[in-house]
Amino acid sequence: MSEFKQTFNSSLGKKLIMALTGLFLCTFLIVHVGGNLLLFKCDDGFAFNSYANFLTHFPPIEVIAYVLYFFIVLHSVYALVLTIKNRRARPVGYAVQTKSPTSWSSKNMGLLGSILLLFIVIHMGDFWFTYKYKETLGFKEYRTNLATNVTTVSDYKPEVATFERSISTENNVEIVRVKDLHSRIQWSFSHLWYVVFYVIAMVAVSFHLLHGFQSAFKTLGWVHKKYDGIVSFIGTWLFAVIIPLLFAAMPIYYYYLTLVK
Amino acid sequence: MSQGNMNLTLKVWRQKNTQTAGKFVTYKAEGISPDMSFLEMLDVVNESLIKKQEDPIHFDHDSREGICGMCSLYINGRPHGPKRAITTCQLHMRSFSDGETITIEPWRSAAFPIVKDLATDRSAFDRIQQAGGFISVNTGGVPDANSTLIPKVIADEAFNSATCIGCGACVAACKNASAMLFTSAKITQLGLLPQGQPERWSRVQAMVNQMDEEGFGNCTNTGACEAVCPKEITLMNISRMNNDFFSAELFREEHTHDGGGNG
Amino acid sequence: MSLNANIPQGPLAEKWSKHKFNLKLVNPANKRKYNVIVVGTGLAGASAAASLAELGYNVTAFCFQDSPRRAHSIAAQGGINAAKNYQNDGDSVYRLFYDTIKGGDYRAREANVHRLAEVSVNIIDQCVAQGVPFAREYGGLLDNRSFGGSQVSRTFYARGQTGQQLLLGAYSALNRQINLGKVKVYTRHEMLDVVMVDGHAKGIVTRNLITGDIDTHAGHAVLLCTGGYGNVFYLSTNAIGSNVTAAWRAHKRGAYFANPCYTQIHPTCIPVTGDHQSKLTLMSESLRNDGRVWAPKTVETAEKLRKKEITAAQVKEEDRDYFLERKYPSFGNLVPRDVASRNAKEMSDEGRGVGTSGLAVYLDFADAISRMGEDTVRAKYGNLFDMYYQITDENPYKQPMRIYPAVHYTMGGLWVDYNLSTNVKGLYALGECNFSDHGANRLGASALMQGLSDGYFVIPYTLGDYLATIGPKPVDKNHPAFAQTKQDVIDNVNKMLALKGTKTVVEYHRELGHIMWEYCGMARTEEGLTKAKAMIKELKADFWKNALVVGENEEFNLSLERAGRVADFIELGELMVTDALMRRESCGGHFRLESQTEEGEALRDDEHYAFVAAWEFKGENQEEELHKEELVFENVKLTQRSYK
Repeated sequence: MSEFKQTFNSSLGKKLIMALTGLFLCTFLIVHVGGNLLLFKCDDGFAFNSYANFLTHFPPIEVIAYVLYFFIVLHSVYALVLTIKNRRARPVGYAVQTKSPTSWSSKNMGLLGSILLLFIVIHMGDFWFTYKYKETLGFKEYRTNLATNVTTVSDYKPEVATFERSISTENNVEIVRVKDLHSRIQWSFSHLWYVVFYVIAMVAVSFHLLHGFQSAFKTLGWVHKKYDGIVSFIGTWLFAVIIPLLFAAMPIYYYYLTLVK
Repeated sequence: MSQGNMNLTLKVWRQKNTQTAGKFVTYKAEGISPDMSFLEMLDVVNESLIKKQEDPIHFDHDSREGICGMCSLYINGRPHGPKRAITTCQLHMRSFSDGETITIEPWRSAAFPIVKDLATDRSAFDRIQQAGGFISVNTGGVPDANSTLIPKVIADEAFNSATCIGCGACVAACKNASAMLFTSAKITQLGLLPQGQPERWSRVQAMVNQMDEEGFGNCTNTGACEAVCPKEITLMNISRMNNDFFSAELFREEHTHDGGGNG
Repeated sequence: MSLNANIPQGPLAEKWSKHKFNLKLVNPANKRKYNVIVVGTGLAGASAAASLAELGYNVTAFCFQDSPRRAHSIAAQGGINAAKNYQNDGDSVYRLFYDTIKGGDYRAREANVHRLAEVSVNIIDQCVAQGVPFAREYGGLLDNRSFGGSQVSRTFYARGQTGQQLLLGAYSALNRQINLGKVKVYTRHEMLDVVMVDGHAKGIVTRNLITGDIDTHAGHAVLLCTGGYGNVFYLSTNAIGSNVTAAWRAHKRGAYFANPCYTQIHPTCIPVTGDHQSKLTLMSESLRNDGRVWAPKTVETAEKLRKKEITAAQVKEEDRDYFLERKYPSFGNLVPRDVASRNAKEMSDEGRGVGTSGLAVYLDFADAISRMGEDTVRAKYGNLFDMYYQITDENPYKQPMRIYPAVHYTMGGLWVDYNLSTNVKGLYALGECNFSDHGANRLGASALMQGLSDGYFVIPYTLGDYLATIGPKPVDKNHPAFAQTKQDVIDNVNKMLALKGTKTVVEYHRELGHIMWEYCGMARTEEGLTKAKAMIKELKADFWKNALVVGENEEFNLSLERAGRVADFIELGELMVTDALMRRESCGGHFRLESQTEEGEALRDDEHYAFVAAWEFKGENQEEELHKEELVFENVKLTQRSYK
């Protein structure tokens, strides 16, 4: 074990942790954005609430979720440790600095990361924590006529405090009762400052990943002329453009809905 | 002795020795010819200082043809000045304009203590090389030079890494004062060549460990180093080093934390 | 007095093998009881220090730079010769030997040169094993090129940075021994004297260039690997720090200085732009493979070019004088370095020089570009063209380069015997620091070969013989000689610090350089040399009266460092002039105008001057005494060089 400790205590070992955790978080983003696209479905949150319910009640995903939280912490802690070490490597700075041809994002990963950490804390506190531990969240009941495939929705008051969810079928009508995260989202995204904050955070995601995704490959040493173009393409278009845009579109879309209502 | 028509203001870092605190001192450089090299301009200033019985500005320099790696000035916020792919001694005054103020600082890194004024102690680089930057062959008793075929592309690639002059501009430019470009250049050179294979894994471990001990910062793949490297050594070297290091640490049986140098 | 070079008996090709057998060996268990001092960490020093440490000796190495890797060997561009005959073009050890002897204008020792040619093949093997990335062909074999007018392709190279790659190879071998604890390196230390105990060199005195500490170091033998003295000319292709001090101080302790007047002037350097110039930059002479050297036919045209009224491209073909092609039809632009240099100087002297100073001729690639295309020229010489562009701000693809000769290498140096031992017991000289292998002129790509040959393959054998003779008894540092020599050094430093005149030491250096270049440069005369000698004496007296040295000893003090070096250069300059005066013949890098053929070629006088001139220091301001080592040629026939 001490061998591993030594490995991960070395400068390159710390980089390795940053890269691996970072790439894991990138992969998570794909899943996260994919699932959250359900928010764009105009079904009064049926699909989304079902999905949220699935995520929180399917054991393998729950395990992965805790790995994810751990990686976020690890990524942040190592970033902090590295930043401190890097600062110590240059105790006296320069009086003059010219613009270097290097990218802005690569030089501000710490700042971007800090914004993201703040965002993650608020974001999780608002949705994940509320969903899991607060009783302020209501329930919804979705009734789908299996013959006509028409779904109706209504609030649902659980009879027992420990109620989580239920799915049943009565007279060819499927009844799904789940926690209503969707309304919470609607409520949150009806505040302009909240929407702005989300958009700023997504800009931070964009710049963080613009450098981070490609940088992880360099750190791992997975660099090859033949594949560098692909990595750079994915890093730029998928992680720095498409994903942050989709995420940012959600609060904007919901805010728009409150405006037109 | 006036030889040209440029007049410049220099803001130079002066520091008596490692222990003493330093400060910027302003000097006038007058009658400078655009054909002078940057160091020749400093020579002119120093001659005038000596004539006034003042202490000349100390800076490291030797070959003055861009190959020894000794000159090391941080000029107007960039190692080796504003031009790409050259050292300070190859920089000419025609790259500046008359009346300009030029700020000259030493390399700033905890691992490069200032010796005096603009000269720093870069022996950390030597210690990294001593830790494993070699192939353990004694003089004599080696095979014929042509007994090992090396593809031209590999030889050329190894050469590109081997051109590092050890000036330390990479460390100076890196926002984290990281020495990874320097360290990885040697690891890559020897790691690419067939002669370097027997010690490939122990070498990368030993050199990285020494690099860490010297107090350099970490790499964030920003690329400021390759942008200022006078020999245009690329970030690819760092990736190769990373790959070799992880391979050695995590997957190789013969690896050892005692490092290389098993002469 | 005649000198014994200890050349082994027997046929030329067997001398070295036999000698190696006859040399005494040091018991392996005893090797660690010896300490060897190596001064300088260039090709000779680093290779010697590493090789001796590998054998088991303890080595202490010194360099004045901040790292052993920065020694000036690093700047060599072109390549390294070796008689590998990989190209199947008729090369052999004997041919390399013969070319080197002939190139040296028959002023080198046959036995030494043959040994050099013999071990040249081992050097390449060694360097490749160390990971030196020599140029290769597509099949994976080593590539060679022809260099410096050689008729065979025997030069190994690593783009234009061969010296760098070889030095880094030797540096890596040195690093390995440092890591193993067998070598201790003192960087930023300058050797200022040799400690002599009962006629043997037993240590050195150094000054720490950062703290000013003056210390003594004891060793069973002292190896000087401190390079050449080209900076006596002030401007040369040497590094600014390159100096003669270590060798000169050893000379003043009794080591003979041999052939000091043999200086190599390299024809393809970038011309001087003004008084501020601190050094000259060489461009590999491989440029002459494709470039054509010319000067305007008339002084008038040259005048217009100097005033920039016309450009070189506007000079019509019939107004150009391709003087090398005209005078030497069979070798053309590829004549040896000294011939090319002297002819360029002649052009300038006739008023046909170009550039603002008039001290330059053209090296034109227009034909090469139209023949091979710009891309091919770029592939071959791109880095040199870039360097030229960078320094001169003129694009050599568009207009011809301006070139002028510059001091490049000094064949003279401390006198050594076949074992590389100076006449002082226990004091050895390796590489450019000694005089041994190049005679009066060095072939291109042979300096690297000699430095590494001395360090890797000669000294490990020959030093053992001496060490075995003296035995492993530790050197007594309490011997009064150590304290006395240290005191001498301190006195000398104080003497310099007391100089509070008006002229900086750099000004003296520049003046010395002017005298040397004018009177002891490419062409020398009795009259000029006599005049120069008086001028140098005067300069020396003035130096000790009017020089200005600032600061104190206990600090990093550039002014003090330079003062010591310049003082030694002045004394050496005088000896060079003395040597040049004595040698009333022309040979190789020493051209006496009084001694030339009708064709203007160097005319040797083998009857009177086929000897090595070794000079003995006889005291401050005394004339040095000449000792002759007669050169015996048993294998080659002395011929008059002709490149017609």
